[in-house]
Amino acid sequence: MTSDNHQDNIIDVKDLKVHFPVTEGLLKKTVGWNYAVDGVSFSVRRGETFSLVGESGCGKSTTALSVLRMQDVTAGNIVFNGQDITHFSANKLRPIRRQIQMIYQDPFGSLNPRMKVGSIIGEPLRVHGQAKDKVKYRTRVKELMRLVGLLDDMADRYPHEFSGGQRQRICIARALALEPELIICDEPVSALDVSIQAQVINLLMDLQERLGLTYLFIAHDLSVVRHISNRVAVMYLGQIVEVADRQTLFNDPKHPYTQALLNAVPEPDPELESSRPERLIIGEVPSVRNPPSGCRFHPRCSKAIAQCKIDRPVLNLYNQSLIACHLY
Amino acid sequence: MSEMSAPYQQKSRFMAFHQRMAKSKPLGAFGGAVFALFLICGVFADLLAPYGLNETNMLERLQSPSFLHILGTDHLGRDVFSRILFGAQLSVIVGFMAAGLATVISIVLGVVTGYFGGRTDMLIQRFVDAWMTFPDLVLLIVVISIVGPGVTQIVVILGCLYGIAGSRIIRGSVIGIRENMYTHAAQSMGARTIHILWFHILPNVMPIVIVLFTTRVGAVILAEAGLSFLGLGVPPPAPTWGSMLSGTGRTYMYLGPWLALAPGICLTMVVYAINVYGDALRDLLDPRMRGS
Repeated sequence: MTSDNHQDNIIDVKDLKVHFPVTEGLLKKTVGWNYAVDGVSFSVRRGETFSLVGESGCGKSTTALSVLRMQDVTAGNIVFNGQDITHFSANKLRPIRRQIQMIYQDPFGSLNPRMKVGSIIGEPLRVHGQAKDKVKYRTRVKELMRLVGLLDDMADRYPHEFSGGQRQRICIARALALEPELIICDEPVSALDVSIQAQVINLLMDLQERLGLTYLFIAHDLSVVRHISNRVAVMYLGQIVEVADRQTLFNDPKHPYTQALLNAVPEPDPELESSRPERLIIGEVPSVRNPPSGCRFHPRCSKAIAQCKIDRPVLNLYNQSLIACHLY
Repeated sequence: MSEMSAPYQQKSRFMAFHQRMAKSKPLGAFGGAVFALFLICGVFADLLAPYGLNETNMLERLQSPSFLHILGTDHLGRDVFSRILFGAQLSVIVGFMAAGLATVISIVLGVVTGYFGGRTDMLIQRFVDAWMTFPDLVLLIVVISIVGPGVTQIVVILGCLYGIAGSRIIRGSVIGIRENMYTHAAQSMGARTIHILWFHILPNVMPIVIVLFTTRVGAVILAEAGLSFLGLGVPPPAPTWGSMLSGTGRTYMYLGPWLALAPGICLTMVVYAINVYGDALRDLLDPRMRGS
């Protein structure tokens, strides 16, 4: 099911489940479960950009937080570089944390307003005891600032003196400080202006090329995903419905949900826009507290067959792609 | 060489900071200056006071302010100005120590319950709830009648009293800061809890801590005055502004209004001064307010 060559995978997520209890009343009695992530499996290959896309609430961020071990996992395994880190203790995780860093969506909330930029960028170094040599430390911070396109004399300023795009560059510099192998980007550009988005995306791609980074990229903006990804996984209601390389996914989407998702992107050309078919998708996203039986997409799917109501489809190989649908 | 220059540098930084305050927050700087003046008066009361602390002169009792006694004399003929100076010593000590203790208790309890949450939070904060249901005065009277009056007792009791109640304010703000992504980022990079508390949580609750501390100084000085009024404060003949105000000041209010006015005005001035100074500190220490 997952990729055959395990040496090439930096992260293997196997049948990941994250369920949140829904509690009620004074005694916090559990009255139900939120099936936020329900059986997600994927692998990220070294050096690629692997994107998770889906509507808000589909579980993509929860998946990312689980990979980072910032979210307790209900079931399943997270294998990083061949090591199963699912149940590592905080102390055992510390060396792993050096190798996985994260860039956040909101460049305003993710920088401490009372720390100078230089000290923010150097924080991972100090946390991991790599700041003993003051001269080396300072040189490294300046080097990181230049790497992301900031002037190194900005180190003594505070975050509020920077624009959104610059702040996101600071976040990137901080994520790069420990020379991680994997960077998780949780909607890194969705809070930025469109013109700045392109700059930051290009910076990320440029850094990937120069430093051989691997990205786990989370987004809902399909044009950004199309630009940066090598492979894309589409999530719906806590499950992956399709994994394909970028070309295949965007040119020949197979799963009815992927088709509907791509169809929802407006066409810039007004003539093409008017010929765009009507919405392929009907109804609202069901609640994760009470997901539909069988295929979770069947109540909204225009191509649903009888089997979809009963059987939960699993990811199957179909022409190089993985698709969870009874039609293939 | 560097060891010698370090304290000098620190001092000049302190001076530079206050010069900046004088420019951008003149009222705050004024408050600081007034407060410093009282502090100096308290510390050097022995040198500055024209008369002894308990030097009585029955011939000169209840005199109105004159050149000899610039703030008049009380019912035992003691010089009010001298007693105000010595009172500054005690009131400032009590105010600072108790407010300092209260702030430390508030920070420790507030940060622990706010940051860790869960069961710890539940247990400690229910205790705080229970503590706050008792009226302050009842607690004070009970404890002081058990351990007896004295400066140490008053500092400890007032410190605990205000500290425990104030922990709720710190806790609320810590919960807000904990949810910020920079705290999350520090956790995800593998920072230890103590690192996060020290570098991310504490600097960001500082504005609240400063305000809490400065308002507490005023409150404690007033609380001590209240206790002295009940005869539970620092025991006489030691002069505190509170006991001067509520003791002789109240009894002889019609015969010698200066007896109540002098400590009353001093109390008001110190409390006001430290409050405006605290506000200015809070604003100037916030990097976002700099240069604007």
